Amino acid sequence: MLYTRNSLYTPFAIRDKFFQLDYTLLLSILMLGVISIFAQFSSSGGQFDYHSKSHAIRFCVFFFFFLGVSFINIRFWNDYSLLIFILLVLLLVAVKIIGVQSQGSRRWINLFVFNLQPSELMKIGIILFLSNYYHKISSSDVNKFRYLFYPLVALLVPFMLVVSQPDLGTAILILISGIVITWLAGVKWKIFAYLSLLSIILAPVVISFLKPYQKSRILTFLNPDSDPLGAGYQIIQSKIAIGSGGLFGKGFLNGSQAYLNFLPEKHTDFIFTLYSEEFGFIGSSLMIFLYFLITFRITRIGSVTRSIFGKLYCYGFATAFFIYVAVNMSMVLGLLPIVGAPLPILSYGGSSMLAMMFGLGIVMSCNIYKNNNIS
Amino acid sequence: MLSFNSSNIVSKTKTISRRMFLLSSFKAVVLIGIFGRLASLQINDSLKYQSLADKNRFRESKIAPPRGIIEDYFGAPLASNTKIYQLHIIPDSAPDIDVLLFRLKSILNLSDQKILLLKKQIAKRKSWDITIVSDNLTWSEFSRLNLFLHELTGAQPVVSIARHYHDNSSAHAVGYVSEISANDLKNKKYLKNLNIEGVAIGKTGLESALDEQMLGSPGYLRYEVNAYGKKIKQVATDVGLKGKTFRTTLDQNIQNISTEALENVSGAVCVMDIYNGDIIGMVSAPNFNPNSFVHGVNKDEWRGLIENRDKPMLNKAVSGLYPPGSTIKTLTALSALENDVMNPNQLIKCKGYTDLHGERFHCWKKKGHGTLNMRSAMKRSCDVYFYEVARKLGIDRLSETAKKFGLGQKILENFKEEKAGTVPNTKWKLNNIGKNWYIGETLHSGIGQGYFLSTPIQLCLMTAQLANGGFKIKPRILADEKNTVNNLKEYLDYTKKNPIEINRKLNPQNFNLQPLFRNQENINFVKEAMFAASNEPGGTSYRSRYVKKEFMFAGKTGSSQIKKFTEAQRENETKQSDITYLERDHAWFVAFVPVQDPKYAISVLVEHGGSGSSAAAPIAKKIIKKVIERHEIRIAQNNQQLGKKI
Repeated sequence: MLYTRNSLYTPFAIRDKFFQLDYTLLLSILMLGVISIFAQFSSSGGQFDYHSKSHAIRFCVFFFFFLGVSFINIRFWNDYSLLIFILLVLLLVAVKIIGVQSQGSRRWINLFVFNLQPSELMKIGIILFLSNYYHKISSSDVNKFRYLFYPLVALLVPFMLVVSQPDLGTAILILISGIVITWLAGVKWKIFAYLSLLSIILAPVVISFLKPYQKSRILTFLNPDSDPLGAGYQIIQSKIAIGSGGLFGKGFLNGSQAYLNFLPEKHTDFIFTLYSEEFGFIGSSLMIFLYFLITFRITRIGSVTRSIFGKLYCYGFATAFFIYVAVNMSMVLGLLPIVGAPLPILSYGGSSMLAMMFGLGIVMSCNIYKNNNIS
Repeated sequence: MLSFNSSNIVSKTKTISRRMFLLSSFKAVVLIGIFGRLASLQINDSLKYQSLADKNRFRESKIAPPRGIIEDYFGAPLASNTKIYQLHIIPDSAPDIDVLLFRLKSILNLSDQKILLLKKQIAKRKSWDITIVSDNLTWSEFSRLNLFLHELTGAQPVVSIARHYHDNSSAHAVGYVSEISANDLKNKKYLKNLNIEGVAIGKTGLESALDEQMLGSPGYLRYEVNAYGKKIKQVATDVGLKGKTFRTTLDQNIQNISTEALENVSGAVCVMDIYNGDIIGMVSAPNFNPNSFVHGVNKDEWRGLIENRDKPMLNKAVSGLYPPGSTIKTLTALSALENDVMNPNQLIKCKGYTDLHGERFHCWKKKGHGTLNMRSAMKRSCDVYFYEVARKLGIDRLSETAKKFGLGQKILENFKEEKAGTVPNTKWKLNNIGKNWYIGETLHSGIGQGYFLSTPIQLCLMTAQLANGGFKIKPRILADEKNTVNNLKEYLDYTKKNPIEINRKLNPQNFNLQPLFRNQENINFVKEAMFAASNEPGGTSYRSRYVKKEFMFAGKTGSSQIKKFTEAQRENETKQSDITYLERDHAWFVAFVPVQDPKYAISVLVEHGGSGSSAAAPIAKKIIKKVIERHEIRIAQNNQQLGKKI
């Protein structure tokens, strides 16, 4: 099973690998990265302070990491999926034990250089693991109970670990990514129907375990004006910022809502609000288009990849990536409750950036090795 | 194995692709949703959100508008605005507020109490809000502060404006301004937009009457704030609209000389132009410093003013009520003549008292005046003669004349504190006291005692209307107010030049005049008797006369009794100076000047001054000289104003 011994394996020269890159995807990512550096610069009040500087450095470093990941044979990622997944579960367990606590939740592991948030990496880990799993089993086994058990456990264990940090937003995103892969792999509608029925029955139990702030977020989402200075404040101010941007925006570094601190969390979850206030409908449309383009290219790579692992991974990642974007944008546009989901690449946050670049790297690896059949 | 494997792959790929297609369609729907929401926020509702963002972003604070000025007739300011020096501190920008306060304490000599108060204020406010340390610094304090400014980070010397009164002479007429109270806010609707730090409103006098027009409209300062309310930068300013300026009829020189003349006594002076009713002097004594109220009067000073025996806060010229005393004899005589109840030549013997229905009525002169006609009785102010006049006249006819001449009613519209006084008659007594009128009370009323109460401005108006030949005038204190009777002077000048025509063509009604007489000869008789009282030996104010024709005046003294003399006092001929101050008579003097061609009327009241001839007349004498000296200048100013209007 070692990929080096595979006769079909065609070793590429580095030069060939560069030819095989999907440049539309690469340039879209690069462009988004550049925009993100400007947005972070603006969110720091128009200066290169700690936040904006480290974001720029991270993007550069992780962009090369992305290239590095994409140059590694797709078979390597297929073979080591399980190992990576197990490692990430262990990290999540480690977070429970030696995690760094901040603002009431324990999500990070102190790596001295930076704080790693394993839950962000788990977003990729679950896709990797499930793609690998459904790649391995035969299509006739997909709906057998025995073969449903592993994915269910592989989904619930990280989900519960992340929920207990507590980090409801990330946990839900992990869960959705997993469900998407399982569904793509061919698990019957009926099974999802049973499971969702079960979860509705269990919902009150889960709600009773929610922290008060999580409950209030959901309530506030349902009626943001009920508490205009409390939890609803974020949604209201975000809508004011985006709406007041208008067609052309207020101009770079001129977003009054962001500048005068009316905007909460403007480095992270609300970075799109800041961008949208300054660049208006036109700038926001451009950004949505870039995200659309990235999703589209990933899906296209999935469709040209021969291996089931590659297909499942690309489709799964494209969907997950789309969901991250959609959830974040819906959130700041007041369409969803504030759950704490970063916008891929644009938001400040090392682990999130690392996870996205890693995920995109594997997609690119699929593209380079698209003709590789993984037995 | 291989075939199974490839068929497996094919079937898997089929499922995956089919499902991915479904998922992509779903994504497209979500994408359209997000896009639609973005368009709705940024295109449809953009204006709404822009205004909301501005509401977030901008705060406006109102700025106090400069208050209108009050000038005297010649344009000299009686109340104006002046630069004041203030010290503000912003705790936010001070590195250590305690150190700052400690430094300020030593530089400005602040008391421990003041520091404690400041600390309390600072603790109550947001750290970036301004706290005013000192409202009104002297120039030397201000420059000392500026010298130490480099070590006073967080302190800010500020130049602002506040009301300023040039002297105390017009304190009562002009009034004063002070901070807005909760009551003012409730009662005065026009303050709704003006409750701004630094706005002071009129509390008394003209400041109060003209308050609404003098306040102006407020400006604003618009500045940007951040989410925590901290000021970031100033965006726009509007200084507001200055209030209206008012020119009064008062003459600062007359105010000064009157204040000087009333030094050391408690009383009031009114001077009026007898033709157009312009009040050229209105002074009440003792006065107060209206500047003390601008920044809030301190407790001790306030208590000193309120507890003062002489009531410095009272505008005695319009609000002081005193029995008119013998000054009313002018009207008693006039009323008797007009009603044909007395012949002026009728002789009455004064033996110092008269008896009526078993009650004895005393003359002020114990020995009596001997036999007198009406002219001498007026000249020497014989009470017994006027008891007889009053008895024949009756109270109702006397009160009618008194009311016609302006007694018993408010005569200016500019003072909310003005009092109407009392002109008694039978009906009045029945309504107000509920008893029938006694004939004895008529006798007292005939010499201005009893229920009679009047203000100095009323007696001034009375004198003016006698002096101008008996025509009604409307007193005014605001120069630019429309005067309803402004052609009286023209009429009189015309009649002087064409004396024969008076009774034929020139009916006073044609000049829109209101004569207060039936026969002008009667007015002239009273004027002549007043001349005698001032300028003939034996007259009550003979000692205060001017010999020079231009200053020569005709006047009537008065002494209004506070407390009836006891028999013992009368026997001993107790002097006024020997009895308790508060029981001494009020001294009156009313006069017009010059005798030949009257122009001005004056009334002087000295509270507890004793007799009118010794206390009030000398004060009037001083003022009259100045009034005449100022006449030409006033005429010139008047012509200039008329020229300006044309």
